Amino acid sequence: MDLTLLAWGDAGWGDQMALGALVTLAVAICAYALGIVVGAGLAAMKLSGLPPLRWIAQAYTTVIRGIPELLVIYLVFFGGGAALRAIASGMFGYEGYVDLPIFLTGTICIGASAGAYSAEVIRGAVLVVPKGQIEAAIAVGMTRRQRFWRVLVPQVARYALPGLGNIWQFTLKDTSLISVIGLVEIMRQAAIAAGSTKEPFTFYVVAALLYLGLTSLSNRGFLRAESWANRGVRRA
Amino acid sequence: MDWAQLADVATRLAGGLPTTLLLVGQSLLIGFVLAVLVALMRVSPNPLLSAPAYGFVYVFRSTPLLVQLFLIYYGSGQFRPFFQDVGLWFLFRDAWFCAILALTLNTGAYTSEIIRGGIQSVPHGQLEAGRAVGMSPAQLFRRITFPVAIRQALPAYGNEVILMVKASSLASTITILEITGIAKTIIAQTFRPVEVFIVAGALYLAINFVATQAILYAERRLSPASAADRAKAAERRQKAMLAR
Amino acid sequence: MKPSPLLALVAGVLFAGSAAAQDWSTIRIATEGAYAPWNFTNAAGQLDGFDVDLANELCARMGAQCEIVAQAWDGIIPALQAGRYDAIMAGMSITDARMEVIDFTRSYATTPAIFVAPKDSDFAAAGLPETRVDMTEISAEEQALLDQVKGLLDGLTVGVQTATIHENFLREHMGDIDIRTYDSQENLDLDLQAGRIDVALADQSGWQPLLEGELGEDFTRVGPGFARGIFGRGVGVGIRKEDAALKDKFNAAIQSALDDGTVSELAIKWFGFDSATTD
Repeated sequence: MDLTLLAWGDAGWGDQMALGALVTLAVAICAYALGIVVGAGLAAMKLSGLPPLRWIAQAYTTVIRGIPELLVIYLVFFGGGAALRAIASGMFGYEGYVDLPIFLTGTICIGASAGAYSAEVIRGAVLVVPKGQIEAAIAVGMTRRQRFWRVLVPQVARYALPGLGNIWQFTLKDTSLISVIGLVEIMRQAAIAAGSTKEPFTFYVVAALLYLGLTSLSNRGFLRAESWANRGVRRA
Repeated sequence: MDWAQLADVATRLAGGLPTTLLLVGQSLLIGFVLAVLVALMRVSPNPLLSAPAYGFVYVFRSTPLLVQLFLIYYGSGQFRPFFQDVGLWFLFRDAWFCAILALTLNTGAYTSEIIRGGIQSVPHGQLEAGRAVGMSPAQLFRRITFPVAIRQALPAYGNEVILMVKASSLASTITILEITGIAKTIIAQTFRPVEVFIVAGALYLAINFVATQAILYAERRLSPASAADRAKAAERRQKAMLAR
Repeated sequence: MKPSPLLALVAGVLFAGSAAAQDWSTIRIATEGAYAPWNFTNAAGQLDGFDVDLANELCARMGAQCEIVAQAWDGIIPALQAGRYDAIMAGMSITDARMEVIDFTRSYATTPAIFVAPKDSDFAAAGLPETRVDMTEISAEEQALLDQVKGLLDGLTVGVQTATIHENFLREHMGDIDIRTYDSQENLDLDLQAGRIDVALADQSGWQPLLEGELGEDFTRVGPGFARGIFGRGVGVGIRKEDAALKDKFNAAIQSALDDGTVSELAIKWFGFDSATTD
């Protein structure tokens, strides 16, 4: 292993790998945020009284969870532009080439998968909130909006946090798959450097260490968030 | 692409089915044995056993499978003289071995956590009862801990099986022609990625549907068939979802 | 129904940046970035190589603003069709199969395909002649040579980059041999060095980094250089079929760069020999 390969600047790959880590983090955060929004929406649909909404949400989670993320990424990458063009010309009368930037493609694919998994977590957490609390909130005259923000959301967040922490880890790791369509994050950067220097082991080890660092740091963050969310709960 | 072409694509993709199933089956099988060993080490009071097990699980759960796969496949090539000296190169030379190794270590790490959860959920009273009737530690494990732990762990393990079916698609990145690999080959000839990937996706959905039904069947077989127990199983599945 | 101007404006803002204007004052060009010396990514993280230099040269001649993007090889044609960029300059040969789905400009380079194997291998020791085989019309003599190569490859594992003229050649002319396909020339190089494959087929210029690098001592070119016929009509710029105006612009620029010797200069800089096409 030749460590001068990891030098900073134009002669080495150190700065490129660090930049890759930032791209990984950025796409993971965007995809995760999208995943929580999609997941909350799906959870609401699954809990709703309208069967068609439940069916749609169920079909979505079944399909997304049953197909490899790699295929979803390829599909959106190759098919997303055509679909967007159809929308652009059909709805807006815009006749030109339209495509999804790779960063956005990756965010959407990984976010779609995170959404399918977090839907179950959020739905489960909502079901755990005791009915009596909602009734009590009604009794003291809270509006629907107040009941939602003051009673439901804080508790759902607390119950859902461990599960959502796991989904964050999956999201972070799944971003490595976006390398196959050319987003220059950790994995793609490592592959480029490995091919150019013929030292694959060196660069894939660096990639593994970067992921290990990112997960370890975010793990700590989630543990902190959990103890913060549980601050009002008495220990038995 | 017309229907005849689509049918042709579907037939060619289905040709990759045995390879995908073999990849998943082999690594799940070896991975399960590994997972039981690691889980036992993890719950051991001896830090010489529990610490390495913890480290293994931590590293493999914190890094993407794609990195693990490339590290094993392309990374081992960098140390070919070393592997040749110790006589192991014939293994690492083989893409199939590298794929199975990466998938096995990966599922081993995840499954060991699932089994550990199962072991720790065995009610204390049952173990005490076992001891009271004079069971040896080996008997306790075989007759009480293991069966109860497996039943507890089954819903979460079902999720793991499906994740492995999906993960096997990554083997296509190291020259293995399973379903996704064949899909890429067809696209190289037809330049029609959307249609080919949709058919491939449907194939994976079908595999996962069958796998889910098989796990549900196993759950029913392993738990006494009372309505209350079924409700409990549903609750366990729910909890497994929360933990994922 | 006529689209409302407001919606058109929204669409324009949303989708700005894609090749909206069809006057080709801006062109997006894709290259692979893993096929040195044609195109690769350097340690500064930038795309570099023959294709990249020539692309910039052609853009200057066309008076166009160019953006060069990296795209994995196995999706490079579908992504052109999907409108992710407007042209491909990635050492891509003009072949009939590709012409069915996209169009090409005239060729800007031609280099033959050669086999590379470890120096101490039986395949390298077989004493195949390093002649040039034109696959357009195969003479009896050339057919005998092809059969000899086929016989030697029997039982060996042969590596090749996926979706290339080289893969097509192996599948059509070398019979039922053990072929392993790679997503990039770089990964093919890695596995040839790792000994997972016994011999590999690729473009002569694509082999240059391996053969002239420090690891090149262990490997050698084996046998004839194959060209034309199934190997296509040289390397050209890939363009969508409907973009005839863009093709014309590229053709004019390539012609002028060939005429004044610029292409030859770049070829000598990157390949060490003049690959400029004589077609």
